[in-house]
Amino acid sequence: MNPSVDALRAQFGDAIQDAHVSCGDTYVFVDRLRAYEILQWLRDTPGQQYNYLVDLTAVEHRDPVPPLEVVYELFSLERKVPLRIKTGLPKDGDLEVDSVVSIWNGANWLEREVYDMFGIKFRNHPDLRRILMWDTYDEGFPLRKDFPLRGRLSRSEQVRRVLKMNPEDNYSLEEIAIAERNTEIPEDMRQRLLRDERGSIPDSKEEASRG
Amino acid sequence: MAEKTTVEFELRTPGLDSSGNPTTHPIGLADDAPELASDHMLINIGPQHPATHGVLRLVAELDGEIVVKLIPHIGYLHSGFEKLGEYRFYNQLIPLTDRMDYLAPMANNVALALAAEKLMGIEITERCKVLRVIACEMSRIIAHLVWLGTTSIDIGAFTPFLWLFQEREKVYDLQEAWTGARLTTSVTRVGGMMADIPEGFEAGLRKFLNQFPKALDEVDKILTTNGIWCGRTQGIGIMTAQEAIDYSLSGAMIRASGVAYDVRKDRPYLDYETYDFEVPIGENGDVYDRYLVRFEEIRQSARILDQALDRLEDGPINVDDPRVILPPKSAAMSEMEAMIFHFKHVMEGVEAPVGEAFFSIEGAKGELGYYLVSDGSAKPVRWRVRPPAFINLAALPKMAEGHLLSDMIAINASIDIVMGEVDR
Repeated sequence: MNPSVDALRAQFGDAIQDAHVSCGDTYVFVDRLRAYEILQWLRDTPGQQYNYLVDLTAVEHRDPVPPLEVVYELFSLERKVPLRIKTGLPKDGDLEVDSVVSIWNGANWLEREVYDMFGIKFRNHPDLRRILMWDTYDEGFPLRKDFPLRGRLSRSEQVRRVLKMNPEDNYSLEEIAIAERNTEIPEDMRQRLLRDERGSIPDSKEEASRG
Repeated sequence: MAEKTTVEFELRTPGLDSSGNPTTHPIGLADDAPELASDHMLINIGPQHPATHGVLRLVAELDGEIVVKLIPHIGYLHSGFEKLGEYRFYNQLIPLTDRMDYLAPMANNVALALAAEKLMGIEITERCKVLRVIACEMSRIIAHLVWLGTTSIDIGAFTPFLWLFQEREKVYDLQEAWTGARLTTSVTRVGGMMADIPEGFEAGLRKFLNQFPKALDEVDKILTTNGIWCGRTQGIGIMTAQEAIDYSLSGAMIRASGVAYDVRKDRPYLDYETYDFEVPIGENGDVYDRYLVRFEEIRQSARILDQALDRLEDGPINVDDPRVILPPKSAAMSEMEAMIFHFKHVMEGVEAPVGEAFFSIEGAKGELGYYLVSDGSAKPVRWRVRPPAFINLAALPKMAEGHLLSDMIAINASIDIVMGEVDR
């Protein structure tokens, strides 16, 4: 087992939960409320120096009881040693963990992907929005086990929704804000944005009956 | 490199002054000329644009020609491979890996097989190890040749593209002879290889390696000291060593910044530590250094291939374990026991013990990692791909903001993205 585990126990005590070795890799479960602090310590402490974030991902088990896991795969470029840190998020909880973007900028897109695929929120993330799926995607989180392999909607329904998309649905709110600052956006687009209708064009019949 | 300077001068035209003497008048905008907008502009590049190397979409806020803010949009090629993998046997994941980094499919196959073998605790044979090294290095060569060819087109040099694709075709012929496919190779199996190399492969690869350096030298000659090439690439898109680590860059991207991180050296696999090769590093971390690093990597890969051919000995390519390896077809058709193994293998798959394994190799784009979690069944609970191109691409806004729009194209090209892998 990686000696960093003992160092972690000495430093953080109860916040370090069980540690395992699987296929030669050491992984350690840590308290999710202290994960940020622990990762920061692992990066900055001489003798640890896990300065390279190899990967950040999440795991949901087929068994519904164990919590969702957020996985940080670390590597020390100085000492050439890997270490995997995990933190469990109970499924009935708020699925939130502190963002590590302020420790490693490389975590930015990785956390966005985990949010996109699992619905795990990262506190203090600078730009937490979907990345592989589009902004207005509302079928849920594809890598969760309760998400069916073929998606929640039929193919025809998916196509219908895509064809009904408005131009502004292809831009993030930040981009729309930049456009708004520098040019005039069309009045109908402005009205839709004011009504918070970034999903799809309302049916003309609905429109008629409403107004 | 010399500082770029801007020289401003006034255009004048000959004429007469008020008393009739010859003089010159400044040429300027007429008083009633429309005022050029000083507003920023939001432009959309892609997803269908030749310089975005696939279906990458970039939204750029421009101040004149300067990129103030760059927002990449990805996901246009998202195929849900990781989700699909949870419904597939381990061997059935291999065809999915072909379709990720489709410019270096064999290296992807090898990485997956190694990850699954780590999970199952399988020791592969000597010949298999050498064949996999050959597969990885052939992939690196073809992937880097595509990168260099397309990048030179983006920057305005068309010739290297044609020369390099000619060389690439020779590797593709060998790959096709071995695997039967140019793109979807699926060359590995858990515990071995799909097929041994065919007759004449070794001679063909030797022949290629003999003439390849000459072709590389020609490209070297027309690019490395070319004024336009240097002007377009030097001092552009700089990442310092600290930033490169901070952004988790890998492959040529981190090495160009001066960090000698190469998985083949730092976490050796397939006996890479016994091969004699250098890890080139850059010092400025700009587009030009990335070019130099990749160029040298092509030469080093050729060196490794040479050594691998030398140590290729006869022997089995698959482990001797009927639990993981399909029996030969002839045995399956004639022996009861082999037939049972064949049936169980195809219908039930190979079960992996409970556990998890992360395995990464030095792919063509960077550190390519596979993370497998098993609950003891024949299908993984979670199959995670650590996509090097995705993580490298995340640093694009950091590198491109503040540069000219045309430099942004060069920077984007220097990352060496392949959207199949970015979106998965």
